[in-house]
Amino acid sequence: MSGVQSMNRKRAAVAVAGVLIFLRTGSAGDWTQFRGPGTNSVAAGQSLPVELSRGAIVWEADLPGRGLSGPIVQGDSVIVTASSGYDDDRLHILCFRVGDGTKAWERQFQATGRTVTHAKMCVATPTPATDGERIFAFYSSNDLICTDLQGRLQWYRGLGQEYPNASNSLGMSSSPVVIDGTVVVQVESDAEAFAMGVDAVTGRTRWKIDRPRRATWTSPAILPAADRRSAQVLLQSSAGLAAVDPHTGQQQWTFGPGASTIPSVTVSGDRIVVPSNGLTVLQPSADGTSVTVLQKVRGARPSTPSPVVLGDVMLTVNGAGVLSANSLTTGKRLWQLRLRGRFSSTPVAAGGHLFCFSEQGMATVVRVTPDQGEIVSELDLGETILSSPAAAGQALYVRSDARLWKFAESR
Amino acid sequence: MTLSICLSIIVAAAAPEAASRESAIRMLGSVSRPEDAEAARRALDAVTRGGADGLLPVLQGFSNATALGTNWLRNAFEILAAGEQRAGRKLPENELTAFILETDNPPAARRLAWEWLVRQHPDLKTSIIPQLLHDRHPDFRRDAVALLLEQAAAQSGPAAVALYRRALSGAVHPDQVKTIAEALAAAGEPVRIAEHFGFLTQWKIVGPFDNRDMKGFAVPYGPEAADGSAEPFDADARWEGLIGPVRWQDISTDDDYGLVDIAGQIENYKGSLMYAVTHFGCDKARSAELRLGTPNAWKLWVNGRLIFEREEYHRGTRMDQYRIPVRFRQGRNEILLKVCQNEQEQDWAQDYQFQLRVCDESGAAIHSVQETP
Repeated sequence: MSGVQSMNRKRAAVAVAGVLIFLRTGSAGDWTQFRGPGTNSVAAGQSLPVELSRGAIVWEADLPGRGLSGPIVQGDSVIVTASSGYDDDRLHILCFRVGDGTKAWERQFQATGRTVTHAKMCVATPTPATDGERIFAFYSSNDLICTDLQGRLQWYRGLGQEYPNASNSLGMSSSPVVIDGTVVVQVESDAEAFAMGVDAVTGRTRWKIDRPRRATWTSPAILPAADRRSAQVLLQSSAGLAAVDPHTGQQQWTFGPGASTIPSVTVSGDRIVVPSNGLTVLQPSADGTSVTVLQKVRGARPSTPSPVVLGDVMLTVNGAGVLSANSLTTGKRLWQLRLRGRFSSTPVAAGGHLFCFSEQGMATVVRVTPDQGEIVSELDLGETILSSPAAAGQALYVRSDARLWKFAESR
Repeated sequence: MTLSICLSIIVAAAAPEAASRESAIRMLGSVSRPEDAEAARRALDAVTRGGADGLLPVLQGFSNATALGTNWLRNAFEILAAGEQRAGRKLPENELTAFILETDNPPAARRLAWEWLVRQHPDLKTSIIPQLLHDRHPDFRRDAVALLLEQAAAQSGPAAVALYRRALSGAVHPDQVKTIAEALAAAGEPVRIAEHFGFLTQWKIVGPFDNRDMKGFAVPYGPEAADGSAEPFDADARWEGLIGPVRWQDISTDDDYGLVDIAGQIENYKGSLMYAVTHFGCDKARSAELRLGTPNAWKLWVNGRLIFEREEYHRGTRMDQYRIPVRFRQGRNEILLKVCQNEQEQDWAQDYQFQLRVCDESGAAIHSVQETP
């Protein structure tokens, strides 16, 4: 090992240790949207069960339909969406009690947009979001439904009716994000493409911008405010990455050399990790008007799961189920680990561990350090899992097409 | 105080409340814009303050409701019904049953009522569902067909064939039709599947025209007018195409699902487009759905008017991929389809095809009274 590599490893170890300390001392929050409140799949402050077994299942609940959408958690409620029916046009929002998994309520709606998808997908593919008072359920049909936490409709946008060409015959999968009272949706297809900021309270359009007319299945990410920079929403497509002001939709900067159309950009501190030519690490300027390329990691090629950053370790899962770790600082390959199965689900990182769920239903917990990835436990759930898990209240939630599970350490 | 005076006082007090509820239900059913949400929230509160006596009025409100309004009303019904369940009260079975069986009532409302009622009383399935084999709601048809298929599977010989025949008369979903067709074919009674679904199988086609770099989608070649409408069909028309002069040619399909395979039956001209025309006869003006499947970009005109256009290539295809509501006039209706192929080279991007059928809202075929190309 060269001196530079050794130094980088030490720096990486310090960075991971720092994150671990933070994760273990932070407060347990809600899981408010796809990839969590930070849209980065990191569950700050969560102590999740690393020894997954049947004994770690606190409860399980039946679901009435399929879903690639992941659960979200708000206070005492776990919210899940599903779709059902011969034409997959029945849209469900379900609320389960965190404590015992009983169903608090369920609401159903009739899709107002197109419900055709690839057989692997379904209409309930985008993960819902919450601002703590409302639920924003989005579907491949471009129905954007807002209810309160008791399931009372607050507003309903039939974006499939408003913009009938903004659909994809393979299905739409982009999940909404909520930031400062704005629900941001990315509705991008070959025939019509736009992003929209919707007022979370009223459902009215705050802004709408044209986007490259190309199919994409990625979801927006949030770049938090820092110093002189306001928070930005990152929109990814095959054209590249664009940062927009969540209040106005005004474009702040772009990154042009193309990007993937399935795994989504993630953020770690002031680093932006975008699936582009492998992975590309960007740093936004202090005033948030431009971006600098720091690293290009061609060897890291995420398939469907989005990348996850744990300290200095960038983690990706490729199409063969190989988990790769690269240094965020140097881009160098740190290690690789073959997992069992193929993956659609983006893993969750908590307490120095990565929680992965394969399409075949194999749950794998990997302990992550800069030096190695070590499988801590595996549990075969025996059901198709295409969704990303949620972590909240020291518990892990994951859903299959038929079931929702809660995992936690036995007390 | 006499009973009649008491009732009068009660009725007088309840009347404004009922009128207010009716107004709120109308408001919910009319929601069509984001600006309507605030009033809709107030209306939802008003409607759901009452109890079970609001259930039927909410269902009746589905008549003429918009698509968004239907979902607001659905939410109101579910809140009321769930409240009744939490209170340990049963939903009004007789009233809901009567509402379901009155087929003039809105199909979506009847189905919603049914789904709540059957949870309360699963035995109703065998008494109500068989009456709904030819319903306007496809899910009722599906349930009725499923019951008949169960019965047919338990029978043999002519009794089974009769049940399959009856099931076919209501079947609108391809999986059920396939099951029935296989059973009837095994019994020596083949089913004309394309006819059952109402696929249009006789066309005239012209092309190829130039669509290199996908530019032809926006170009109004001969069958189109410059203003975006379609020219009336002229069987003798001649135009200059991508590789020379072109004219209308007959093309037909005997595919079970009405697939017109341009690549297979003519040629997969890369970077080209074709127009296909057919005629559909109606004995009276009527609403219908055109259901299209194609992996290619397309434009569709009915009687010269552009109905929809979509520039998407090779994102999959299937039967009923697109559902396009249309209004046919009495007599002969002209359906013109523009189908565009791009120049992608991947194996999965070589299909150049379409399938188009005419049906009602349930998916049941509507047949031309005089289908002539």
